[in-house]
Amino acid sequence: MEIIAKGAEANLYLVDGRIIKERIKKEYRIEEIDEVLRSTRTRREAKLLSLARRAGVPTPVVLDVDNRSKSLTMSYIEGEKLKYLVDALSEEELGRLFSEVGRLAARLHSANIIHGDLTTSNMLLSRGRVFFIDFGLGEVSNSLEAKGTDLLVFRKSVRSTHFKREEEILNAFFSAYRSEYPGGGEVIDRMKRIERRGRYVTAR
Amino acid sequence: MICLGIEGTAEKLGAGIVTSEGEILANVTKQMPLSEGIHPREAAQHHAQNIKSLLERALERAKVSMGEVDLIAFSRGPGLGPCLRVAAVAARTLALKHRLPILGVNHCVAHIEIGRLTTGAEDPLTVYASGGNTQVTAYVDGRYRIFGETLDIALGNCIDQFARALKLGAPGGPVVEKLARKGSYVPLPYVVKGMDLSYSGLLTAAIKKARKASVEEVCFSLQETAFAMLVEVTERALAHTEKEEVLIAGGVAVNKRLQEMLRRMCAEHGSAFHAPPGDVLGDNGAMIAWLGLLSYASGARQNLEETHVIQRWRTDEVDVLWR
Repeated sequence: MEIIAKGAEANLYLVDGRIIKERIKKEYRIEEIDEVLRSTRTRREAKLLSLARRAGVPTPVVLDVDNRSKSLTMSYIEGEKLKYLVDALSEEELGRLFSEVGRLAARLHSANIIHGDLTTSNMLLSRGRVFFIDFGLGEVSNSLEAKGTDLLVFRKSVRSTHFKREEEILNAFFSAYRSEYPGGGEVIDRMKRIERRGRYVTAR
Repeated sequence: MICLGIEGTAEKLGAGIVTSEGEILANVTKQMPLSEGIHPREAAQHHAQNIKSLLERALERAKVSMGEVDLIAFSRGPGLGPCLRVAAVAARTLALKHRLPILGVNHCVAHIEIGRLTTGAEDPLTVYASGGNTQVTAYVDGRYRIFGETLDIALGNCIDQFARALKLGAPGGPVVEKLARKGSYVPLPYVVKGMDLSYSGLLTAAIKKARKASVEEVCFSLQETAFAMLVEVTERALAHTEKEEVLIAGGVAVNKRLQEMLRRMCAEHGSAFHAPPGDVLGDNGAMIAWLGLLSYASGARQNLEETHVIQRWRTDEVDVLWR
């Protein structure tokens, strides 16, 4: 099998036009923790990928789950991570792209799906469509706290990774999120509250 | 050029003397005796009572007189207000009396820079874990950006509060580390949010768990869970930033198990692991002096009026002019 990517927690193989994502064992943590994390995340990711798809968020199609090897088989999405696209886009293109990302996040949250790791590394642009991937840290929850944290993770990752275009990205994202999701304003307020609990954060 | 640095953000007071070549001539600290948590006013009193003798000890150790010192640096923040003010007042007094330039510097950035100086790490991802801070940072385009951090309490605070709740003594880190060696695993909540993490739920669960499981078991499981969370976040940040070195900093980073876990993770990724010597891992004055020198050499200047302390001052708000 040919490894096409080695992420922090999984190896990705491309086999017969399908992606196999195998969560690899981590020697640094004890077996008990490692086993639980890898199997729950594999199962959760399979479930959430399907739920997200049904909620109108493009994701890879799950074809198989193997709990023994902690691996998922999915359809292959040929595309580029948004992380690598941001710098080259015009203001207008960037706005359009992150409005779409905001709409997709809103659809997830409307369906009580928490992604758990909303960053531009986990979003692909493929033939003009944005796909969300990597749901391993996600959960199903209707709580404001979980949704607010989901947004905070996104906002912070934009701040650290796309600091030059932070404002453009976040403006497009949040205005689309708010207009697509009736409860969105409340979630955004909660996000700000969660952020203020953090270390040495002053009110923004 | 010789810089005298004063550290006083929390319960430990430090004085360090460093040359612009990066030679640490002295690095002495005075830890406030703790039976419980840190009371900011009491810590400030401790610092005020000990600063004079500590400074004398530093000068003596360095075999340097005040006349040979060229620059005064102090920890301007982030930290506990009353403690920060004692360090600032001491620094201003010295600067005025000896007509020396003064620079207030960021405590968290100082941890990173002393780590780079003492280990030779060039462009590391830094895991900074202490009683008040838990963050994973890397240099990108003029600043140390925060890629992951705790969303609530710091790792050291989690362990200290746990130890206090079980009356194991303070500070809790070394006690918990020792007890953990004899423990086995009982499940505790593992909370990672993207590249961020949360320790407050783990703390509550660990205290609760101690009613049923043995102290050793809970100490072991608390360490294994809390550290695995931090290592995972570090691993994710390493993949994300594509850095090739990991540097540790902060008082919690002296923990042998945490070091071992990070070292293993680095080995799996083919990254270099850097652990500075113990006396510059925790809070200390040499790191403040060294960052003072770096800042001064890159053109930073402050008038006395500009040396007010900043209790909330995030790592990613500092312009890194010296890199």
